[in-house]
Amino acid sequence: METTAVRRRLTWQAAAVTSIARETASVVTIELEPPDWPGHLAGQHLDVRLTAEDGYTAERSYSIASAPGEPLAVTVERLENGEVSPYLTDELQAGDQLELRGPIGGYFVWEPTDDSPLMLIAGGSGVVPLHSMLRHRLRTGSDVPARLLYSSRTLPDVIYRSELGHYGDGVQVICTLTRSQPPGWTGYSGRVNAAMLAQTAWPAGQHPLAFVCGPTSFVEAVAENLIGLGYPPEWIKTERFGGT
Amino acid sequence: MSRGTTGEALMDAVDGNAIGGLLIDVFGTEMTVASSTCDTCGATRPVAELVVYRRAPGTVVRCRTCGSVLMVFVKAQGVTCVDVAGLASLGMPDDLTLNR
Repeated sequence: METTAVRRRLTWQAAAVTSIARETASVVTIELEPPDWPGHLAGQHLDVRLTAEDGYTAERSYSIASAPGEPLAVTVERLENGEVSPYLTDELQAGDQLELRGPIGGYFVWEPTDDSPLMLIAGGSGVVPLHSMLRHRLRTGSDVPARLLYSSRTLPDVIYRSELGHYGDGVQVICTLTRSQPPGWTGYSGRVNAAMLAQTAWPAGQHPLAFVCGPTSFVEAVAENLIGLGYPPEWIKTERFGGT
Repeated sequence: MSRGTTGEALMDAVDGNAIGGLLIDVFGTEMTVASSTCDTCGATRPVAELVVYRRAPGTVVRCRTCGSVLMVFVKAQGVTCVDVAGLASLGMPDDLTLNR
């Protein structure tokens, strides 16, 4: 289907909420049915707008979790003192409507036409757009080698936990837990650092393409380390979510 | 909360990806892949990689290299005011094909 996923006018529309699935204690995936959705690219986001009775509006951006062609879904993490996220994670219900516009973004996107080995590095809810990319890779039959290095606080905080093993052949998922690890944990422990990246990142000689997403401090530390490993800045795409 | 030389709380900074929608409102098209050049230090990078501070009702976009203000957006009563005086240039790559 030929769609103009970016150049059409960006208008707000009321989307039906078709389902809400709980991923973790503070994270939900919301499936949406906007009346006029043009499709999207893996890595893009959409904007959500809440309007209070007095007319006050609050807008936030959420990464699209679904791959192009799948039912549209976003994954939202409840932020303490958040203005919008607590409503989405704790009060919104299937059957409600949600005002949104999108898709938005042209930089932090991955398309299968790029055959560079993929290095995806996620901090917390930064995994959402990378999940879309891996689902898209699977659905399009792409065979580019891909690695996801995913940092979470604890095992119960891992989003898409039951899906991480089902991205298909050629995808390695490496998890690190920074605050506590369960008995028998065989993954990494502690924050992503230079040593962990030296062990897990594709060597620069393989001409990889890296996507790094998560809290601002996480993204900047990881990007700096990748540069230290010889990645030119042009091979590192970043998306910063702000402070934790 | 630590503060950088620019005065804003460092942990509040996001990047140009976060204002993708605002940029479409103002420029009429996707602009996060546009190449920005800082008028102060000459640094060039995609808009997506600029430092963005959101301070309602305004958004401040700074050069990641020297911290100079490149763009300021202020929304009031349905009107968005844009100041891009800090930019030397803003350009879209010739081979940009985002239409599918």
